[in-house]
Amino acid sequence: MDDILCESRTVNKTLAIINTSGLIYTYPGGREPSLVDVSLTIEKGDYVILTGPSGCGKTTLCRCLNGLIPHFYSGKLEGEIKVASLTVSEHSIYELAKHVGLVFQNPENQLFALSVEKDVAFGLENLGVPREDMRARVDWALQMTGIYDLRERAPHELSGGQQQRVAIACVLAMKPDIMVLDEPTSFLDPLGAQKIFEVIGDLNKKLGITVILVEHRLDLASKYANHVIVMDEGKVVLDGKPLDVFDSESARLIGVGIPKATRLYQALRQSGVYLNRVPVNSQEATLLLQEVLTRDRG
Amino acid sequence: MIEVKDVYFTYPNNVEALKGVSLNIRKGDFVAIMGQNGAGKTTLVKHFNGLLKPTKGTVTVNGVDTREESVAKLSRGIGFVFQNPDNQLFCETVEEEVAFALRNFGFEDKIIQKRVEWAINLLGLAKHRQSSPFMLSGGERKRVALASVLAWNPDVVILDEPTIGQDYQQKEKLRQFIVQLNAQGKTVVVVTHDVEFVAECNPRVVLMAQGEIVVDGDAKHVLTNAKLVTEASIVPPQISQIFMGLTDLGLPFDIIDVYEARDILLDFLGGDL
Ligand SMILES: Nc1ncnc2c1ncn2[C@@H]1O[C@H](COP(=O)(O)OP(=O)(O)OP(=O)(O)O)[C@@H](O)[C@H]1O
Ligand SMILES: Nc1ncnc2c1ncn2[C@@H]1O[C@H](COP(=O)(O)OP(=O)(O)OP(=O)(O)O)[C@@H](O)[C@H]1O
Ligand SMILES: [Mg+2]
Ligand SMILES: [Mg+2]
Repeated sequence: MDDILCESRTVNKTLAIINTSGLIYTYPGGREPSLVDVSLTIEKGDYVILTGPSGCGKTTLCRCLNGLIPHFYSGKLEGEIKVASLTVSEHSIYELAKHVGLVFQNPENQLFALSVEKDVAFGLENLGVPREDMRARVDWALQMTGIYDLRERAPHELSGGQQQRVAIACVLAMKPDIMVLDEPTSFLDPLGAQKIFEVIGDLNKKLGITVILVEHRLDLASKYANHVIVMDEGKVVLDGKPLDVFDSESARLIGVGIPKATRLYQALRQSGVYLNRVPVNSQEATLLLQEVLTRDRG
Repeated sequence: MIEVKDVYFTYPNNVEALKGVSLNIRKGDFVAIMGQNGAGKTTLVKHFNGLLKPTKGTVTVNGVDTREESVAKLSRGIGFVFQNPDNQLFCETVEEEVAFALRNFGFEDKIIQKRVEWAINLLGLAKHRQSSPFMLSGGERKRVALASVLAWNPDVVILDEPTIGQDYQQKEKLRQFIVQLNAQGKTVVVVTHDVEFVAECNPRVVLMAQGEIVVDGDAKHVLTNAKLVTEASIVPPQISQIFMGLTDLGLPFDIIDVYEARDILLDFLGGDL
């Protein structure tokens, strides 16, 4: 699959690639700020899951990272955002797009060209990718998202999930240093979602692309992430390593979803059966159960 | 109540989205339609209120052929929430949006007020009642669309991907409400990719692939059938995945509920100690 994945990039792991400090943002006409004192550091090569209740400000934060805020949404912005060494308020959306690709929460809002492949090629034209390379990159992105056969179709004549695949392909093709994906698999069938998470995981591992993934279903992507940020009411309330965050009491209180495998662990514990660790996905749970079931049988 | 007989549907661009679908939905049924992207799920449910008419075959709703009735008349008893809420929101405030159908159907002001209040609270939108639906987050917009339909208490609710963009608390509230609606005798059809949501609701499951129905049966049997599930591009629920790895020990694999799983495991351990 991946000639393109294998071209090597030097990864400097210790560099902060995104930095926000004291970010406060209120939408035009908004009664209260949608971001409240958000200060974050994301390092180059991080795979971040950004989660929290509906309406907590996840999409708003994503919009700050590619410059939609403050260049498209005016409103009131305080504090500083630096992305790939650029101060977001001082650089245009167009310039920022060379470093940051955003998959919108609503794919329909991202697609406008007459055909799927033109939509995917559009971003590459803007980046100034030479024609010869363009074809290969577009085809690769279409294949990774399973829509190669739909390349000549008009985006508005596709099903919801097919449209979302196009939106993802647009950003994959650009292979930006930073990929921000706002609930990118909400319309996808479960196998399709798995495949996308694998592709993104690969890009992160092999090319060191920094990934920021907004997701409610933590069990889907947790195995790829090294950093989890939980927001609530515009604030960052938890920021750390996945297991620390998932296990914390406050994650539970905010209503971050607990995977079924973890729920089974908890139900068994209440009945006096202890697994050796807390499982967060089904493979882990199966292994831990095998241990207990065969041990106790002697 | 809704009878689909050998329906074919072809879009103007010649995409054949339905290829001989037959399905019978009875009053009081709770049906989940699942399956791969582009399988034809949205196309199928849009036939239930006459938004689309079959190219070949027939759809009858309460005995009336959808080709012989206007969408407005057909929609009178059928509440429909679109996959993408932006296609259905148009009022200036959340409150007006939720009241719109009730006003249209000529309910009294007092009843309208009560129903709007109820729906807005159910969907956790109280804080946003005066906001424009277009100035809300994605999950909030979906909940406005849900509220605007649930508010008028239709006999049949058709929800295309109701859980999209919802956090676990909202999803759980919605699930409890849908189950309760169905228990009151309402007919519920959900289109969804959310396997865990379906495992918890335990409805009748219709799996689709490539414009056809692959299987129609109860959640437990359909969702734990590895072959069918792969064909429809979904994955079994987590609990079933866990048990599929334990069949060597003589445990069953067709388990989708956490508490049933716990009881089986306790039984296994207890019987041996
Ligand atoms: N264009 C807008 N104008 C005014 N207010 C907005 C706008 N978009 C969002 N908001 C408000 O800002 C807050 C944060 O919204 P945001 O879209 O960032 O939430 P989110 O965490 O992405 O939620 P979801 O999970 O539902 O997508 C919400 O209270 C929302 O109502
Ligand atoms: N407006 C349209 N014009 C032309 N073709 C369409 C249109 N809408 C959908 N299609 C095509 O019809 C087929 C069925 O689409 P449909 O929207 O019913 O799928 P779906 O099962 O709801 O998928 P998803 O899970 O992605 O929402 C797909 O191949 C799709 O590309
Ligand atoms: Mg959002
Ligand atoms: Mg659909």
